[in-house]
Amino acid sequence: MADRYIEPDTPELRARWGNFAWTPENAEKARDIVARYPAGRQRSAVMPLLDLAQRQVGAELNTQGWLPIPVMEYVAAYLDMPIIRVVEVATFYTMYNIGPIGRFHVQVCGTTPCMLRGSDEIMAACKARGMKKGHTTEDGLWSLTEVECMGNCSSAPMVQINDDNYEDLKAERLDAVLDALAKGETPRAGTQEPGRHTVEPLGGPTTLKEMVTENHDYRGEW
Amino acid sequence: MSLQDKDRIFTNLYGYQPWNLAAAQARGAWDNTKDILAKGRDLIVEEIKASGLRGRGGAGFPTGMKWSFMPKEPPKDHAGNPRPSFLVINADESEPGSCKDREIIRHDPHLLLEGALVAGFAMGARAAYIYIRGEYIREAEVLFAARDEAYAAGLLGKNACGSGYDFDVFVHRGAGAYICGEETAMIESLEGKKGQPRLKPPFPAGAGLYGCPTTVNNVESIAVAPTIMRRGASWFASFGRENNKGTKLFQISGHVDKPCVVEEEMSIPFRELIEKHCGGIRGGWDNLLAVIPGGSSVPLVPAAEIMDAPMDFDGLKAVGSGLGTAAVIVMDKSTDIVRAISRLSYFYKHESCGQCTPCREGTGWMWRVMERLRTGDAAVEEIDMLQQVTKQVEGHTICALGDAAAWPIQGLIRHFRPEIERRIEERLANTAVAAE
Repeated sequence: MADRYIEPDTPELRARWGNFAWTPENAEKARDIVARYPAGRQRSAVMPLLDLAQRQVGAELNTQGWLPIPVMEYVAAYLDMPIIRVVEVATFYTMYNIGPIGRFHVQVCGTTPCMLRGSDEIMAACKARGMKKGHTTEDGLWSLTEVECMGNCSSAPMVQINDDNYEDLKAERLDAVLDALAKGETPRAGTQEPGRHTVEPLGGPTTLKEMVTENHDYRGEW
Repeated sequence: MSLQDKDRIFTNLYGYQPWNLAAAQARGAWDNTKDILAKGRDLIVEEIKASGLRGRGGAGFPTGMKWSFMPKEPPKDHAGNPRPSFLVINADESEPGSCKDREIIRHDPHLLLEGALVAGFAMGARAAYIYIRGEYIREAEVLFAARDEAYAAGLLGKNACGSGYDFDVFVHRGAGAYICGEETAMIESLEGKKGQPRLKPPFPAGAGLYGCPTTVNNVESIAVAPTIMRRGASWFASFGRENNKGTKLFQISGHVDKPCVVEEEMSIPFRELIEKHCGGIRGGWDNLLAVIPGGSSVPLVPAAEIMDAPMDFDGLKAVGSGLGTAAVIVMDKSTDIVRAISRLSYFYKHESCGQCTPCREGTGWMWRVMERLRTGDAAVEEIDMLQQVTKQVEGHTICALGDAAAWPIQGLIRHFRPEIERRIEERLANTAVAAE
């Protein structure tokens, strides 16, 4: 985590983000989030609020969103906590982008279970399209990151792009997903293996076969 | 005899049917939960103890016993007011190879929510926080929606299920830190801080979330509780060997023909698990090299030793490994085994929280040496030095991440030392040829 750097606090950054405030819709969400925690423990809400703020910045920029320092200050003031405690959280957890990011954040899982199923090929396919780890392409469309285990190991290899997972990938399947995204379409998330539903064995489940066609109640057989 | 469908707890594991409340109730969730609570705290804890359920998050601590550590009478704060207790549910599934809690949450979230009420009631908790890993974005959306359904139906909240017991469930999303799966790091994170583990004692059951008594349980441990209460401890204990009871979600990844997640009986032999559900090893059983049977933190087991090993806590301990989360990573003979383990070393380097020096410095150091061993750019003595360093990291850190980083390397050296030495010799020979 030591290789993450916070975007410098410049007059331009302040000019752009100094007036950040929740949109009316997000203001309501923020109130709901703070209400999840006991009175006086509003600091607990810092993680969900940073996520909310990142998404609001993203909506404004049409990217995945990131957290400029003035936005972190806004969250700190909202929760009545020191700014450094917010910066600590934002820099510790890798899902907070602490620098500008592209429209689509392509996160390729490279940990051993994905590696065994061919994540090298997936990473190479991304690079062949001009992406570079830790960078955003010049057109602002793609940011590439190699991430650690995403918990999709039985449908590996996989990438997460913004909020969706694409699993059971091969280079050409990834290309199809990326092409669709570039065209503004919404490719089907989840497994890309034809004929596979989720994480059952390919070709159909070996257990619980009744469930495929009906919401079977097994209690009668207890 | 093998496990029958009627004895499977997660019947919607693959998500062929909707996750919503009506569908879940038709499958048997939330069926007269009031009656379970009417048995009272002590009886529920006794039943879970008798079932032999051991924690499904990796360590395998008996779940009923963990619940019994929670105070019977709420402790008082300095002003004399009673302090609440909390249940924290660990849905921060990040152990490489593990992908079971995801299926529970996105396909059968009501089993988890009902379990939260049953477990929370049994330990006298005021509320449960479900800490779900940040990357499970769609899964968290399902969980939020399922929670709202349960509230709207009066199953959670004030007078939950008409039991007279008030119990809240909140969902908290993480943001991409493996270490938050450690229970005290999770509590720190829930309090809005960096997820750095706390020293124990005090244990969470004494002083956990907000300084209040807290129990942290894995998703699967909680989600099986209501079914155990309905069908009885003896039903659950009829599966698996002594001390390794119940059914278990196995997650098979890597070099099998059909990777999958499947609920099976504990103690099922490795070979049977793979043959029955995964279509066998890629290229046949002769092509099997090694298996990491319980997620990245446990040592690998070579083919010959794993083939007929029972997949349970004791059976895998006997072959020098562990059941962990039952995340079975299979590697065939095409695997670059040193690279496979080195990639795990990189994982631990990436995920070390930086609090303890042996882990912060050691994980990076171990990874760099592993990378040199991968290419053979090392001296043979460095293998022993690496082994020694893993011993100096192991057991010298606040949490078990240091141990988890050390064990895969120790397993590699134990079983594949000749392969590491071969690479070093090969490189030396090549360098000698180049020099001539």
